[in-house]
Amino acid sequence: MKNGSKAVVTVLGYDRKGIIARVSNVLYERGINILDISQTIVDGFFNMVMVVDLSEPTCPFDELQDALAALGQELGLQIRIQKNEIFEAMHQI
Amino acid sequence: MIQTSQILETLRMIDQEKLDVRTITMGISLFNCVCDDTNRLASRVYNRIARQAENLVKVGEEIQREIGVPIVNKRISVTPVSLITGAVEDPLPVARALDKAAKETGVDFIGGYSALVQKGMTAADRRLIESIPQALSETDLMCSSVNVASTRAGIDMDAVRLCGRAVKALAEKTRDQDGLGCAKLVIFSNAVEDNPFMAGAFHGPGEGDCAVSVGVSGPGVVKRALENVKGAPFDEVAETIKKTAFRITRVGQLVALEASRRLGVPFGIVDLSLAPTPAIGDSVAHILEEMGLEKCGTHGSTAALALLNDAVKKGGVMASSHVGGLSGAFIPVSEDIGMIEAAACGALTLDKLEAMTCVCSVGLDMIAVPGDTSAATIAAIIADEAAIGMINNKTTAVRLIPAPGKKVGDFVEFGGLLGRAPVIPVHPFSSEEFIARGGRIPAPLHSLRN
Repeated sequence: MKNGSKAVVTVLGYDRKGIIARVSNVLYERGINILDISQTIVDGFFNMVMVVDLSEPTCPFDELQDALAALGQELGLQIRIQKNEIFEAMHQI
Repeated sequence: MIQTSQILETLRMIDQEKLDVRTITMGISLFNCVCDDTNRLASRVYNRIARQAENLVKVGEEIQREIGVPIVNKRISVTPVSLITGAVEDPLPVARALDKAAKETGVDFIGGYSALVQKGMTAADRRLIESIPQALSETDLMCSSVNVASTRAGIDMDAVRLCGRAVKALAEKTRDQDGLGCAKLVIFSNAVEDNPFMAGAFHGPGEGDCAVSVGVSGPGVVKRALENVKGAPFDEVAETIKKTAFRITRVGQLVALEASRRLGVPFGIVDLSLAPTPAIGDSVAHILEEMGLEKCGTHGSTAALALLNDAVKKGGVMASSHVGGLSGAFIPVSEDIGMIEAAACGALTLDKLEAMTCVCSVGLDMIAVPGDTSAATIAAIIADEAAIGMINNKTTAVRLIPAPGKKVGDFVEFGGLLGRAPVIPVHPFSSEEFIARGGRIPAPLHSLRN
């Protein structure tokens, strides 16, 4: 993407210990800085939205996406990363 | 800054409401392939497409991964083949080359085995139309279309008669698949040159060398939005649809610009259509029912569809720098679970569908009729639909499947995006002598419009 330096990581699923720690670790290992985090837990259902900076990643986007998806599988959560542009396109004029 | 709730809303649209980009379609001009040797022409066509569309599928998949929205199909449309086969005797080698190129590039469909004959047919046009049954039955990914009428030219009734025969012959040739070949043939009135949707996509003669266009989808998203305004007046219904269409179209615009940049090909248009699939929650009929109709096809359906079609355009048009194609709400029967149910229970008839095509984006689409329907009756249905398009200055089309051996009440099964359809009745009275006349129905008057 043209100015694709930001992406959004979303985590959805049942709450358990260490979700943020594990996700942050995957990002840290790949040189990715977290810009913003928000999370809510309703009736044990966890959802977290993280905005991250992709300007100095140490791996390609595909690899990062696969690593997060694999972590999601291990933790029984849905973890995905999408370029910020999709949200800007849909919600900003 | 984007709010968390907006991010989660987007995810819900993708996961639960089946928001997707239906297609990235690359339009490729084949005029520079023209020559008078059939085999050389076919090989030039193959090379031109295989080279130009080499990265189309890869780029589509990359964009899908990065933005997280499914891009269901990658497709190619080409210059109407009758325009490049004027100097050769047989268009079939070009058909095979198109199919081979589609398979080589990995796209889902290739469209443009087409002829534009609204005013009259050249020898090449006639050869192409007559070859359609053979061409579509021996290829897998190729789609075909014929434009038989326009507001400015009237209706070419000789072409209508030929097309009626072609549909019938094609059904017979694909008898073992319930006449599936007919799902790949569209007969148009006022065909547009930049439509990215199949089976009617072709790269019009007024287009440049190459362009990428995007067709969006998202009936499920509109249906869900309307659930929040239950019982509200239509003003509110229209506003809700407009806002939703705007968002859906913005996704299409993003994908189109990105594909254009990565492929190094000009951006053509975004087609802001609501294209249903047979999946639950992806139905245009259910949007109409959400407006308060017990079943799609009952009284009020035409008004509901008119509102939907218009609001989709109004909402989408500001979201994209170039809107084109068919842009509106599609009402294919076999590809829409709500339409299938409505046709199966008798709420939706061929006559009501015809009325609805006056206000929808295209026409009589993916409708199964009895296998013993005559070529003349099919031609007469095409003529009726072409007349609606001609008089109302809009695109209309016919994609009928006279399912061999099937009777009213039977089902035809196509699978995948093409779905399944109940066989619905046609009128039993003959149109034989009407179709036998041939000639042209003159272009209509553009004033005194009542």
